[in-house]
Amino acid sequence: MEKFIRHSGSVLPLRRSNVDTDQIIPAVYLKRVTKSGFEDGLFGAWRSDPEFVLNKPEFSGATILVAGVDFGTGSSREHAVWALQNYGFKVVLSSRFADIFRGNSQKAGLLTVVLEQSEIEAIWSAVESDPKVEITVDLEAKNVRYGDKSLNFKIDDYTRWRLMEGLDDIGLTIKNIDSVDTFEKLRPTFKPKTLPALS
Amino acid sequence: MGKTLAEKIWADHIVRQHEGEPDLLYIDLHLIHEVTSPQAFDGLRLANRRIRRPDLTIATEDHNVPTLNIDKPIADPVSKLQVDTLRNNCAEFGVRIHSLGDIEQGIVHVVGPQLGITQPGMTIVCGDSHTSTHGAFGALAFGIGTSEVEHVLATQTLPLVRPKTMAINVEGKLKPGVTSKDIILAIIAKIGTGGGQGYVLEYRGSAIRELSMESRMTVCNMSIEAGARAGLIAPDETTFEYLKEKPHAPKGADWDQAVAYWKTLQSDSDAKFDIEISLNADELEPFVTWGTNPGQGLPLNSRVPNPAEISDPEERGAAERALTYMGLIAGTPLKEIKVDTIFLGSCTNGRIEDLRSAAQVLKGNKISKEVRMLVVPGSARVRLQAESEGLDKVFLDAGAEWRTAGCSMCLGMNPDQLSVGERAASTSNRNFEGRQGKGGRTHLVSPLVAAATAIRGTLSSPADL
Repeated sequence: MEKFIRHSGSVLPLRRSNVDTDQIIPAVYLKRVTKSGFEDGLFGAWRSDPEFVLNKPEFSGATILVAGVDFGTGSSREHAVWALQNYGFKVVLSSRFADIFRGNSQKAGLLTVVLEQSEIEAIWSAVESDPKVEITVDLEAKNVRYGDKSLNFKIDDYTRWRLMEGLDDIGLTIKNIDSVDTFEKLRPTFKPKTLPALS
Repeated sequence: MGKTLAEKIWADHIVRQHEGEPDLLYIDLHLIHEVTSPQAFDGLRLANRRIRRPDLTIATEDHNVPTLNIDKPIADPVSKLQVDTLRNNCAEFGVRIHSLGDIEQGIVHVVGPQLGITQPGMTIVCGDSHTSTHGAFGALAFGIGTSEVEHVLATQTLPLVRPKTMAINVEGKLKPGVTSKDIILAIIAKIGTGGGQGYVLEYRGSAIRELSMESRMTVCNMSIEAGARAGLIAPDETTFEYLKEKPHAPKGADWDQAVAYWKTLQSDSDAKFDIEISLNADELEPFVTWGTNPGQGLPLNSRVPNPAEISDPEERGAAERALTYMGLIAGTPLKEIKVDTIFLGSCTNGRIEDLRSAAQVLKGNKISKEVRMLVVPGSARVRLQAESEGLDKVFLDAGAEWRTAGCSMCLGMNPDQLSVGERAASTSNRNFEGRQGKGGRTHLVSPLVAAATAIRGTLSSPADL
């Protein structure tokens, strides 16, 4: 995973709440067996509307998505994170994320930052009046900066450290694998096993 | 202070706890399917890792498989590649798989319980958000992404931050014609699609205790639609009775030991939940969604809401967009909404009791000439059971289609999809824009409402017949 310290870029203002993962990447695009190539399906249904914000030339090249409340609800598909990353997004800002989407993004290295809804709306307005506004999302300093504004955000220290170091979770767990060995020795024998198969 | 059920299960599975880090939790069962696993297996291969516990892992094919002509090769080459990839991965890594045509094949959340590998007090994960279904047994069960699938395959653990707890007390008695689907739709309408975010839900109260295991699964299944990753119900005699003769249920002395443990899996009387909410079961009516998220639901006797009367600007905007997408006019009685498709199936309502209750309504009736109805059993075993009871004949005689098991039109990954502008009454779990096919419109309903709607062609309950 790439290290994430800070990122500066332009913004795509997505003025919608409850953007579920079926909207981020519809199911028909989920048949690939790789982690790449999902950019074609990003916001697949909405994109057929030429007025959809992703199609507006003034926002092309945006790397920071700023969305309404409850972003990433619904299906657990990590393809939603890959689709955003494949398209070029590095950060998503919203006033609330769905749990599974947030977990997936933190595993895959897409930074999700929670700001107050009033702050989200201020960014929308700023970007809609000047699409060239550049925003800096600083994970080290835990703030979002644009113009003369600096907005602090919260993130747990562990996730922040892992993202800043670009560390793979599995590697971290394997360092402590002896604790898994110990735990397994004490598991009750009545717990089910899938093998051998019974029916 | 006492502990809640979720806290007890959590505590029993902590492998490692360290200040400032998420808890490392042991996973008792890992369910996998074709859509969210291929990249995880690739990750294992790249890092030269094996599966730590193939004996706690099981795979089935459900999300993209066809529900017609399953004896022939899958026609869509991309779907076929994904299914073949799962088969090859399972063969290479020694994972038990139930493929299309196998008697144990079906939707992953129907298969686990019917095999008896879903048991109280377990931690259960799957790369599918409806894993919360297994919470009906008093298990801590939740959906995960593909990175986490890889993590579980490699280590049989997950690093997780302990969620908060929410009690949902449903007291009273359901009226005839009101089902567990109506309970959960009413809960989601009450707390909203983000209301459960960060919480494990525990469904409690007399109305919940009265439910069968299968009805409990319907409730827990849609916890994620309220934003909660997991929802559970304390195990009781109903749970033990359901499990007793299942193939993977504990046997002999193991059974006694297991039941003794399972009986401890209750929230203590002095346990404190972070939030408690209540719902009166006496007052519930058949529920139906009118919008494009599962929180946009109302009793069937209501009218399409008027966005202008919604005070919250965010909700008002969402309602306006939803009505435009759904092609509905504010003030229209919900019962006057005409549908052209009925979908009976999914991990929410594709079990034998669901098929029985719909068949009871359809028996001796014909579905409206204006509608098509797909009946898709949740598993091959559910299909066989239904056929042994003659339910297939009831559906076919009524004019419905009788299909083979899979997720089917719930998410429209296989050929079972809505076309642009088509409108479905669906027993599934999500009414998102395009969920059942691009441009398709979905009203979420119970199996009873689905059957009555099929006959009348407009959203209806059996009482309207």
